[in-house]
This record gives sequence, C-alpha cells and structure tokens, in this order.
Amino acid sequence: MTLLGRGVVYLLRLQATSKKTGTAVDDLIAEFLTETAESLEVVDAELVRFEANPSERKTLDNIFRLVHTVKGTCGFLGLSRLEAVAHAGETLLGRFRDGKLEVNADAVTLVLHSIDRIKVILAGLEGSGIEPEGDDHDLIAQLEAMAEGQAVDLSAVHAVEVPNRPIGSEIEPAELNLPAAAPTLKTGDIDPATGRALRPGEVSEADLEAAFAAAAGPEDEPKHLKAGDVDPATGRVLRPGEVSEAELEAAFAAAEAEVEAPATAPVVEAPKPAAPAPAPVAKKEAEPLPASMGGEDLAALNNTQSIRVSVDVLEGLMTLVSEMVLTRNQLLQISRNREDSAFATPLQRLSTLTGELQDSVMKTRMQPIGAAWKKLPRLVRDLSHELHKKIDLVMEGEATELDRQVLELIRDPLTHMVRNSADHGLETTEERIALGKPAVGTVKLAAFHEGGYIVIRISDNGKGLNTARIREKLVEKGLATRTELDTMSDQQVHRYIFAPGFSTAAKVTNLSGRGVGMDVVRTNIEQIGGQIDLNSIPGQGTTFTIKIPLTLAIVSALIVGAGGQKFAVPQTAVMELVRTGVTAEHKIERINEALVLRLRDKLLPLVQLGPTLQLEAAKTENPSFVMVIQVGERRYGLVVNDVLDTEEIVVKPLATVLRDVDVFSGATILGDGSVVLILDPNAMSERAGNMLEEKQAEENEGTVETTNDNRCAMLLFKAGSGAPKAVELEHITRLEHIEVSQIERMDGRAALQYRGKLMPILNVGDYNTLKDEGIQPLLVFTGEGYAMGLAVDEIVDVVEDRLQIELSADRPGVRGTAVVAGRACEIVDVDYYHLRGLAEHQRSPNSSGAGHSSSERAVA
Amino acid sequence: MSLRDYVTLRVGGQLFGVDAARVHDVFHPRGLTPVPLSRGEIAGVLNLRGRIVTAVCARRRLGLPPRPEGSPEPLAVGLEVHGDSYGLVIDSVDEVLKLDDEKFHAPPGNLPPRWAEIIVGVYQLEKELLIVLEPQTLLDAAHLKAA
Repeated sequence: MTLLGRGVVYLLRLQATSKKTGTAVDDLIAEFLTETAESLEVVDAELVRFEANPSERKTLDNIFRLVHTVKGTCGFLGLSRLEAVAHAGETLLGRFRDGKLEVNADAVTLVLHSIDRIKVILAGLEGSGIEPEGDDHDLIAQLEAMAEGQAVDLSAVHAVEVPNRPIGSEIEPAELNLPAAAPTLKTGDIDPATGRALRPGEVSEADLEAAFAAAAGPEDEPKHLKAGDVDPATGRVLRPGEVSEAELEAAFAAAEAEVEAPATAPVVEAPKPAAPAPAPVAKKEAEPLPASMGGEDLAALNNTQSIRVSVDVLEGLMTLVSEMVLTRNQLLQISRNREDSAFATPLQRLSTLTGELQDSVMKTRMQPIGAAWKKLPRLVRDLSHELHKKIDLVMEGEATELDRQVLELIRDPLTHMVRNSADHGLETTEERIALGKPAVGTVKLAAFHEGGYIVIRISDNGKGLNTARIREKLVEKGLATRTELDTMSDQQVHRYIFAPGFSTAAKVTNLSGRGVGMDVVRTNIEQIGGQIDLNSIPGQGTTFTIKIPLTLAIVSALIVGAGGQKFAVPQTAVMELVRTGVTAEHKIERINEALVLRLRDKLLPLVQLGPTLQLEAAKTENPSFVMVIQVGERRYGLVVNDVLDTEEIVVKPLATVLRDVDVFSGATILGDGSVVLILDPNAMSERAGNMLEEKQAEENEGTVETTNDNRCAMLLFKAGSGAPKAVELEHITRLEHIEVSQIERMDGRAALQYRGKLMPILNVGDYNTLKDEGIQPLLVFTGEGYAMGLAVDEIVDVVEDRLQIELSADRPGVRGTAVVAGRACEIVDVDYYHLRGLAEHQRSPNSSGAGHSSSERAVA
Repeated sequence: MSLRDYVTLRVGGQLFGVDAARVHDVFHPRGLTPVPLSRGEIAGVLNLRGRIVTAVCARRRLGLPPRPEGSPEPLAVGLEVHGDSYGLVIDSVDEVLKLDDEKFHAPPGNLPPRWAEIIVGVYQLEKELLIVLEPQTLLDAAHLKAA
C-alpha cells in the first residue's frame, strides 16, 4: 500500500472508532506492527540483494518505497521517534536513488542499523503500546552525514540487539508481494511534515513525495482523481501530519486499488496467481465511497483471494477436526463389529468427508519454509562483514511447505545452524585462497519433501569438523572415555557435537558460542519428532540433515503390545516388521548381554520394549516381532510381543508431570476409547543404549590408553583356561550357536552338517572346547570351497581396538599376546586353523559330498 | 463474613477440602493406562470424554499406605493445573461445604514436609479438622519431583 493509501485508511478508522473505545487505537497499532514487521523483513532481504548488485534499480525503488511507507504510517499514528529514524533512512536512500551517492558496504550497514533501530522501537511499541524512550540522534546524525557524502565512523553507532521474536502477528505471510500502486498526487497539497529548515543534504518532504511517486510500483495505476472533484471541506489550516479531504479521497481510492492488487495482505494460504485487476473494475471501485466504510469492509467486498485469519481460529479448527477424526475412528470401530448396520454406508461417506476436511484444515496451516529463512540473507551478510569472510548464501526449495507450528519451532534452530556454518564451518577468505578453494565460501540451505517428512539440508563448503579436536574435547569434558572413543568411527565422534555441554569453539565470537549449543538445536528438533544428523568431510565441508514430520497433529502409527500393555509407534520410524520366535526363520541371538537379530547377513542390535520399560509382565512374555527402526543413521530392532493394528492417531501432549519420561512423545485415544502412549523411537534407543553402556562401563573399569592407528574390530571369546582369546572379526564368516546333539563325532573328530556340507569342528589349541551338552558357540571360518568351525566356550564381545602384538607366541595356533580393550588376550592364528581345517577335510571321507544321509547321523 | 465453597473428600480416613471453584468434575477413574517409568504417584492416563487426563494417586502423593483390599471403587476429582487435566484419585467424596474465611487457619508447623507444601490451611470443623489442599503444588511437576 502506498503512503497515503495506508495512512489514510488508518486515519479514517482512527477517526471512526477512537471515540468509541480506546482499544481501537491499539488495534490499529497492532495491525501497523504486523504489517511493518513484514515490510521490514523484506527491506532486510532487499538491502542485502541491493548491496550485492547496486545497479539493480528496481530493488532500490522497492526498498525506498517500503521505508517510505513505514515513515508515512508512523507520521499518521503520531509515532515521532519512528518517523524521525525512517525519515533519515529514507533521505539517505533517496541520495542513492538520485545517483548522488555511491552505494557501499558502510552505507548499507548504516541503513540496516536504522532498520534494526526501527525494529527495536517497534518491539517496545508492541510491548507497551507507546514508543519506548530513547535517543536516536547518534544514528540520525550518521545517516545525515552519510547522505551529505561525509565519511562516517560506523563504530559511533552502536548496533542494537534486535529481539529475536518476530514482531506482530504469528502468521507469516505466505508471500509478500510488492505494494502495487502509487498515487500520482500533487505534492503541493501536503504540508511539510517536519516544519523546520532543511539541513544540507536533507530532502524536503515534498521532494521525497515526488521521488516516491516516481518510484511507482510495477503496476502503475491510472489517475483516478481529478483534483477539482473534491472541495476542501474543513476550510482550516491543516496541522502537520494532517491531510486534506482531497487527499483522503485520493488515498482512499489508492487504498482500494491496493485491495484489488493480489496478495498485498499477508495470507494464510499461498494464493493462486491472480490475474491483475482489470482496469475497468478498478476504475469503478475508485468512485468515492461513503466514508463510513472502513478499509476492512472494502477488503471484505473486494478481496476474495486471501483473508487474514487469526492463528487461534486455525488452532481451534485443527483441534476440532482432530477430535472429529477420533470420533470417526470410534464410530468405524463400532460399525466394524456390526455387520448388519444400516449406518455403514453413510458412515463411510462421513469418514471420507472427515478425511477431506482434515486435509483441508491441515492445508490452511501449511506455509512455505521460505518464511523461516527470510532473516537469513541479512544474518549472513552481517556475519560476512563481522568475520571478514566472503560468504554466499544459496537457498533452494523455499516454496516447500510445512505446518505452521513446525515452522515456528525450527526457525531458531535453523538460524543458529546457518550462523554456525558461516562462523565455524567456513574458513576465512585468506585461508580459502591459501588452500586453493574459491575465495567465496558457500552456505547452502535446501528443503524438499520426502515421504511424510520435510528434509532440510544446511551445508557449507568449509573445512569440515575437526575430529581430533572433538575427541580431545570429549575426553576433557568427560563426555566419553578414550576407550569408548577408540571404538567409535569418525561419524560417531562427530555426532557428539549434539551432546549437552559440548562446544568446541576455541574462540567465542560475538555471533555464535552464546551458550546455545548444538544440543539445544537437537533437542528442539527431536521435540517435534524430527531427526538431525551430520556428515563432515575434512577440507570439503559439513552437511547437516534435518528431517521433520510435515505435521505434528496426526500421525500414522502401529499399535503394538508389550508387557501386557499397548503402545503406539509412529509408522514413519518403522522400516519393516520381522516375525521371530522359536519357529520363525529369524531368531533372536545373544552376544553377551546384548540381543541381536541376523537380518540379511547383518547383525541388528535389539532393544526389548517390555524390559526397557521395566514392565513386570514382560518377563514371562515370548516376544514374537521385531520392528526394524531407523533413527537418523542408527538402526535397531524393537522387540515387541505383538503387533495389533495400524491407526491414524491424533497426538496429544502428555501432562507436564510426565514430560520427564522421555520415551513417550505423547498419548492418544484409540478407536476403542482407550488411551495409549506414543513411543519416541529416538529416546527409546538412547535409553536402551544408556542401559547397555552402563553395563559396559562397569565391565570396562581400568581403561587403557591407546592410539587410533591399526584399529580393527576383534571378537573376544573364551576357550579353555588361560587368557581370553581374540581374533580379527574380518576373518570370521559367521557366529553360530549349535545344539550339541547336532554335532557329529567320528573317532575323536567332530563335524557338523552345515549348509549342505560337512564342516569340521576344531578345538582351540589343546583344550577340549567342545561341549558335551547344551548349546555350542562356534566361530565359522570359510576358505575356498570349504568351511570350518572353531568351538569356543563363550563369545564375549566385539570390540574395536588397535592390534599390537606384544608377546610372541610360544605355541602353534597363537600369534601372540596383545592388549585388547584393556585385557591381555591371545590372538588366534587363523591360518593355523585354516590349515588344520583343510587337513580335516582331506581326511574326511565324505567331505565333498553334499547332503549327507541320515545314516551318517546314525553313526554319530 | 465471606464464604467459600469446598469440595470435601477423604483419603485414608482424613478429611480434605479443595476449593470447589477449582474442581471441574468428579468421576470414577476407569480404563487407566499405566505410564511406565513414571513416578510412583502417577496412577496412569485415562480418557475422560475425549480428553486425556493424568491420574495422580492422592494416597501415594501424601505418603499414605495403599488402599486396603475390598475398599469401594475410588473416585477422582478433575483439576486443571498449567493447562493440563489431572484427576486426583481419592477414596471418596463427601459433600460441598460453605466455610467462613475467618475460621481458616494456617497449617501447623509440625507437618511432615511432604504435607506442608501442599496444604494451604486448616478449618476446625465441629467434629474434625478439614485440611485444605492446593492443587497447584499437589500436581505441579516441580513439587512432585521434590517429593
């Protein structure tokens, strides 16, 4: 909207309503705040664009127009402090427009400072309803000096801390189109607002008006009004800031034209591209209307494209629809149990309609993610200056939509992460040049949909994470022991930057390192059912990937049973279901305390739902399903007793007293009216992980210093008396647990029918490690065309450690002794056993035969 | 003389009162879903006309022994704290009493700490003492944690 257009609408409504109630003024100010906040965000972004490309006239015109609008409106509302700052800013911008002043970084910074100052004043205004006290002379003096072409010391103007919270309404405009029309008003009609002598370099109000009129928007409106049409009605001298009747009319017409223009008002739903208002219509509407009609009425008359709806109404609607979905589910459940029901058909229809209604309501809450990114160009620009780095911000997929509620919740984490990438991720320009990288570092934001999720990537092409430094820091802060670290991959170490109390910033800059670490980011994201992970390549950069559900309100869930209770598991986390149990193909196996499942030749760590939740009834259960759950890059199996149903559930938060039970993200009411708790797969795996770690920590007391080289995964096992044995995991093909009765013995030798062949089973060293009864753990080694099993007493653990053989062997089959995971172990000479195994094969008369007959078993 | 309504209820034989304006409803806590890993005072969550209500056991909250076998079905008083719906599970509800503010006394100083923080005061009725409970501290997470 144009200066006069907007101003007069405010004024008209002020006149119309201020006598009745005091709150009308507050309403006007609230509306002004919302719209100004939106304008300012656009100015921020435009200024950054303008700085990068000063020759782009349109951008400057647009900035100029926006600032002008703010100033004008302030004047009408009697906000003198705001008006003064905006006026000085506009004057400076005017000089740029006229080409009288070169655009440089300092000048843009100064204008940005004044925008910040305006934001601070707005925040004060929002809080108290009046302009906060304050002195802007420093800033205005600088702006004026700059406008006069004098050198300006930027440090003289202290930058203000802009409140983080968006000012005004919570609703972000789906898209802020440029104000459309500018009235072609005669400048002489207006009284000089300032009423004082112009300083050198300052522009008069009239000049600004003229300039403003020249900077007309993309859609130049036809002149609607002839000046002679309206007589000056008041017949008195206008006060400063007051306007004549003629102008009211003119502005009124302009306001109408604005209403015609598509999407000037922030909208809840992204508007469909609207055809430009046809000229005849605009003309007709421009007929002077009765003054009693406020801007809102006009909007109601003309604007069918979008309306402004309060967030409360939307939230209320959402809650109602959610309840409706629940009731629908209940009805469906009842109907399912009664076959003869005459309700079935209408109920089906109701069900469909409910679903459609739910979708529509959900859509009203959807907003493009770009709304959360608006502040970032400005942020990166400031960072770039402060850190003396050249930074390019690339944004992709701004139009990707997600739930408003989710959007609000990720706004701050995203800002923080972009700041981090620019501050810590990217090298300084000099460093980059020295490394032969492009001088300008890039921070890239990308968003896209994937399943029921929105995926956001924040990547930089900087130096990548300093793994060694993170390891040091972890030990220093006591977040992990060296032994633990030694078993971790770089990726696992990197993930520790999400741990509470972790911050590697060697130098706390003004921008990051304010005590808000990545742990807060992670917590925020996980609270909304999202996941965060990172991938860092030294010298090439770091990429953070955030995956967030599109909406928090309704999720599809699997209802599972464990410990005699039902639980809901969000389906998005469940990759597959595997049936286990005595008769099933997949069996649950044990490595020491840990349960694992063999799934397509990979070992899947298992978490038992019932026991993890400490449910008594789980002790007697025989779990029959494993849900394969993917959380970030972690994958684990959740062992449950039963899988009962899938259901669309409405997530309801738990009461505050239950928030500390982190394994539940909420509760819901099922179709049968019962309440079930919703499991948080992420917290669940962490809880289970902690339980295992605690157990391991007890076992691993007395840790040993080791270094990182020559690390390999080793299997620890016990066989016979003496030291525990270890063998490199890569040599082992499989681990088997075999019923002793299946092992066939022939004159002192043992063999097993294994995959259609007879596999010799060897003792370890001179010990007789073959058991007489029960279950025999076997390490299976394979060579070319043959396999052999090594009978051991017990498989202890798999550890990753550095293999350094310290004592040489004194007997065959042993390579020597090494310290593995803090214990002295004998390292098994795999080659020795391979040879023995081969020898056995040659001695065995039936070794080549496939499919041994039962008669041979009888021999055994 | 200013009068105030109290819903009176019994837990372990003791008479308690809750400001009637704070009580939303009285119901039988049925269909309770226990919440694993939660604090002992939490009896579970239940569906009360489409709302999820967290049931808190008054006996456990007050450190009293569990209800004896064969006692009549317990009742719950619906209360709201910080926007969350709670049901305080009690033994029985007596009646609504109108009591004079002037007869209200501060709680005695020798109460066990668990009680002291959730009791706002005491009324001396003819036959017995009526202990007035404060739902806020009774059900507040921070206070529950401390208990």
